[in-house]
Amino acid sequence: MAESYVEEHEVTHHRALQHHFENMEQQREAGALGMWVFLVTEIMFFGGMFLAYTLYRRAYPQAFAAASNHLDIWLGATNTVILICSSFTMALTVYCTQVGKRQLQILFLILTMVFGATFLGIKAVEYHDKYRDNLIPGRLIPGRPFNPAVQQHGEPQDPHKLHLPEGASVRQVELFYWIYFAMTGMHAVHMIIGLGIMAFLLYFSIRGRYGPEYHNPIEVSGLYWHFVDIVWIFLFPLLYLLGRHMEGHG
Amino acid sequence: MSEHIVSLKIYFVIFLALLVGTILTAWVAFFDFSGPINAILALTIACIKATLVVLYFMHLRYSTRLTWIVLGSALFWLAILFALTFSDYSTRHWFSAL
Repeated sequence: MAESYVEEHEVTHHRALQHHFENMEQQREAGALGMWVFLVTEIMFFGGMFLAYTLYRRAYPQAFAAASNHLDIWLGATNTVILICSSFTMALTVYCTQVGKRQLQILFLILTMVFGATFLGIKAVEYHDKYRDNLIPGRLIPGRPFNPAVQQHGEPQDPHKLHLPEGASVRQVELFYWIYFAMTGMHAVHMIIGLGIMAFLLYFSIRGRYGPEYHNPIEVSGLYWHFVDIVWIFLFPLLYLLGRHMEGHG
Repeated sequence: MSEHIVSLKIYFVIFLALLVGTILTAWVAFFDFSGPINAILALTIACIKATLVVLYFMHLRYSTRLTWIVLGSALFWLAILFALTFSDYSTRHWFSAL
């Protein structure tokens, strides 16, 4: 790595070292801390939505359980596994960079992107199902207001129809879908931004910019990616699972 | 303090634990426990999974104390957000007669 060192101000240091830092170690820690501070704002941002979810779930438990049961648990669970896999490959990307295995670093970065894109693809399928069943809340889609078909008593079971238990109204179910789309939508936006960051990292990884001595961008992007994974770890049980045990006797 | 490299073995164990947690949370959701136990179970598993990700995938366990304080402050303020809001919502019916 001798060529990555430059002679400047009569000191030898790594090319990636910014002048306001003493050394690579200080630069690395400062960068990671900066990302953690950003994640604090993200925790508060998503925290507000989790709070809204908790309050309305407490107010309309039957409607929220019914609406939650209408979501596809298998697609949700598959997406959870895919996102955990992507977090794992991201962690391996950081590891391979730290130990200087550049080919594997690029491979795991690509795998992380593939998992991320698969997650978004499955999410798109789910959103389309909601569109088909007129479950997009309010008038977000012109000409397709929130208007689900409600399962009537004694009718044959239809998975496209909403099973509305006693004491729950369609308006309350709509509220669940507002929260569902706001939270999963903001999560998906974070995933899309994450994929953009990965593309940037991939470009510079292929050019060989990151190695054992300098890998702040990979490490810091990994922190962001894992945070997005954590948000989903909470979203999956709260949105998809909360009413499953009430399915039989609604 | 120089950089700590988490071993591949730890990454694998955490990955497997996260998968097991996901299967577990989906499985127990179908059993009807009384009252709020379903929600408590789901949140407990989610918190454990999140803690594993933060400690090992995000390297918090090997990070500086300052990083711990930054994350701790976030959780503290999140707790304030929830505590104050719920102290309002859960006491409103006290004054419904007024």
